Amino acid sequence: MKTQRMDQLIGAHPFFEHLSQAVSEIVSGCGENQVFEPGEYLAREGQAADHFFLLRSGRVSLEVSVPGKGALIVETIETGDVLGWSWLVERYRWVFDARAVEPVRAIALDGRCLREKLGHNPALANELYSRFVRVLADRLTGARMRLMDMYSAPDDTSSDVP
Amino acid sequence: MSLSQPHPRPFRVCAVSDQLEDTWTVELAPADGKRVVAAPGQFNMLYAFGAGEAPISVSRIHADVLAHTIRAVGRVTRGLRQLVVGDTVGLRGPFGVGWPVETMSGGDVVVVAGGLGIAPLRPVLDTVARERSRFGRVQLFYGTRDRASLLFQDDLKTWTQQNIEVNVIVDRGSPDWRGPVGFVTQPLEAATINRSATALICGPEVMMRFAAGTLLRKGLNPEHLHLSIERNMECGTGQCGHCQLGPYLVCRDGPVFGYDAVSDCLAIREL
Amino acid sequence: MLPAQEFDLLLGTLAKAGYELVGPTLRHGVIGLGVIERAEDLPKGVADEHAPGNYRVRSDGSPGWFGYVVGQESWKRYLFPPEQTLFRAERDEHVVRFAGETPETRRRALLGVRGCDVAAIAKQARVFDAYDPGSSAYGAALAQTFVVAIDCSHPAATCFCTSMGSGPAADEGFDLALTEIASDTEHYFVLRTGSASGRRIAEKLTLEPATRLHREAASAVSGRAVELIERGLDKQAAKRLHADHPEHPRWETIGDRCLSCGNCTMVCPTCFCSRREDTITIDGTSAEQRLVWDSCFNRDFSLAGGIVRESIASRYRQWMTHKLSTWHEQFGESGCVGCGRCITWCPAGIDITQELAAMAGDRGAPP
Repeated sequence: MKTQRMDQLIGAHPFFEHLSQAVSEIVSGCGENQVFEPGEYLAREGQAADHFFLLRSGRVSLEVSVPGKGALIVETIETGDVLGWSWLVERYRWVFDARAVEPVRAIALDGRCLREKLGHNPALANELYSRFVRVLADRLTGARMRLMDMYSAPDDTSSDVP
Repeated sequence: MSLSQPHPRPFRVCAVSDQLEDTWTVELAPADGKRVVAAPGQFNMLYAFGAGEAPISVSRIHADVLAHTIRAVGRVTRGLRQLVVGDTVGLRGPFGVGWPVETMSGGDVVVVAGGLGIAPLRPVLDTVARERSRFGRVQLFYGTRDRASLLFQDDLKTWTQQNIEVNVIVDRGSPDWRGPVGFVTQPLEAATINRSATALICGPEVMMRFAAGTLLRKGLNPEHLHLSIERNMECGTGQCGHCQLGPYLVCRDGPVFGYDAVSDCLAIREL
Repeated sequence: MLPAQEFDLLLGTLAKAGYELVGPTLRHGVIGLGVIERAEDLPKGVADEHAPGNYRVRSDGSPGWFGYVVGQESWKRYLFPPEQTLFRAERDEHVVRFAGETPETRRRALLGVRGCDVAAIAKQARVFDAYDPGSSAYGAALAQTFVVAIDCSHPAATCFCTSMGSGPAADEGFDLALTEIASDTEHYFVLRTGSASGRRIAEKLTLEPATRLHREAASAVSGRAVELIERGLDKQAAKRLHADHPEHPRWETIGDRCLSCGNCTMVCPTCFCSRREDTITIDGTSAEQRLVWDSCFNRDFSLAGGIVRESIASRYRQWMTHKLSTWHEQFGESGCVGCGRCITWCPAGIDITQELAAMAGDRGAPP
């Protein structure tokens, strides 16, 4: 009963849209509902990344603590997004702090359990890697765009074209 | 034959309101008793006395009062910064082709704004909010640098009340910002977009290229995608050459273009 | 038919009709343009030599008065002044008043306009008239201008008017057109009229009608001129240049040679770009805006939050593709008339016809 319900929840999440039945069953078996209050951490920089999260509602900020500047928010993860790729990258440690900005409902997926299965289940590996690559590409592009600081006023102040 | 060269019309400054540290809005009404007709997306050449003219898009149209939201970046705009209520300012325009508001009617609308690019889009959102039943689902994606550079906050509330889905995202987080942090393409990517919606994009050229890319990947019809191109328009009448973009004179053929018309040009460096 | 010894009759008639006469004059070793009063003022017995980045005038003792082509000056300064006031503004406390300048238009006869330059005048007129037909200062000036065209008899090595369909003889766009027939034994002009005012002037000259012999001699001049033209340009390839080769590596090699001096834009008879310059009096009460010639080779010519064309290659591409290709989309025709000035007066000797051929993979018209 619980598995069935997790199956539905996962199938309804945008990250796992159009997931095959077989893969869905495996993923669902590793999932667990979690709730976080504002201010609560979903992950801490440097700690073991044994999970990733599907955000069903709420907002999570990815933060890095900078001496003298406090916690800088580098990006937020929104309802419908996936949080966490560190469980796929060897050494498996969280890179940023992840903290709930609003009340968060999420599905936590057991990365250790899925990691083991990836090696001998090409269909699962393909599904997960291709979905994560798409998300990472979006975020990388977004980060590169933001590096340009394109909305700030032009340096050349002789120009009157903003 | 005696022929007078074109010159600015005198407009009276009705209101000045600060938006950001370097950005403010002036509302102008004709001082010569004649009417002025402007369409969303058009621009005017505003004349700062003795300093020159700068192309400024119309950021609100209210009968004969035209708002212009200006950022002080050069000699002319710094000159315009000195204007106070009751002053006269010279205006030539309105010039150019604006947003396709009429053809949007009856369908869904996606508006993507970057930074000051929200200003030329505000008259469109005003129209939508005022005549809400004429349009289907309306989504605004507004990306800006940070909390401190967020424009038109009162309007964002009004539009939300008018059932416009307002998504604001900032490049840089700050302690006073509880909303999304990221680039504007990210909420766009995550959103459900009706493939037959009309999309209007205005912002820095790079942002427009990437936002257009995201929308097209999501299946939006390129014929329904429109961008507002930024160039140093000087004459407004296609005669000075400054605002050329390949085959186009942006002041005359734009500033709003269909995506298909300009996508090749935008891909060529230093065009 | 106008015998050369009666040429002053033409000039006198034009002057009497109220026209200031402007024509070719030899100054500082260059065929320039200036006010002339008599046939004596024309550069007689001289020829010019043109090559990329090269120009010489030499006396060759030839009997003709128009045995050369165009100098670096084009007629555009007379219709589109390098500097003109647009408006003045007066400020009194909060009130600002604007007054548009009424440009001084004088009746002027342009004497000895080549086919290429006749075509250039028409092209500029279309540019300035496109936005608000009938309202341009250019149009007003042109309405006061009397054009006396001259058919080219000795095209230069840089000429390619035949490719652009603008010469060596003018078909239209003139009031009067002359063909000069000059040899050791005879010297006369055959006239064609191109407008009502041209016919009015011609009537006052009480000319001897041209015989068949005269007319044949005149058409032989143009026929010979066509054969003398060495350069060519593939007009279709030119039109497609922007679409076909926006990122051709050749732009980089041109960019390496080009000094971005803007000479080509200044001497080009169709280049129309301008910028506005503002001045204010020291007491801050009066201001003025002027229109001055600009050049797409200036670094800050195009801005979009910053300099659009930082590389010289991109500026040359802008100039050349605008001239040959995108002018079609903007104004419905090519912006080039094949006068060759941009080739002659380029200090780096960049040759637009050669560059096009290199990119289009086409040598153009055979030499």
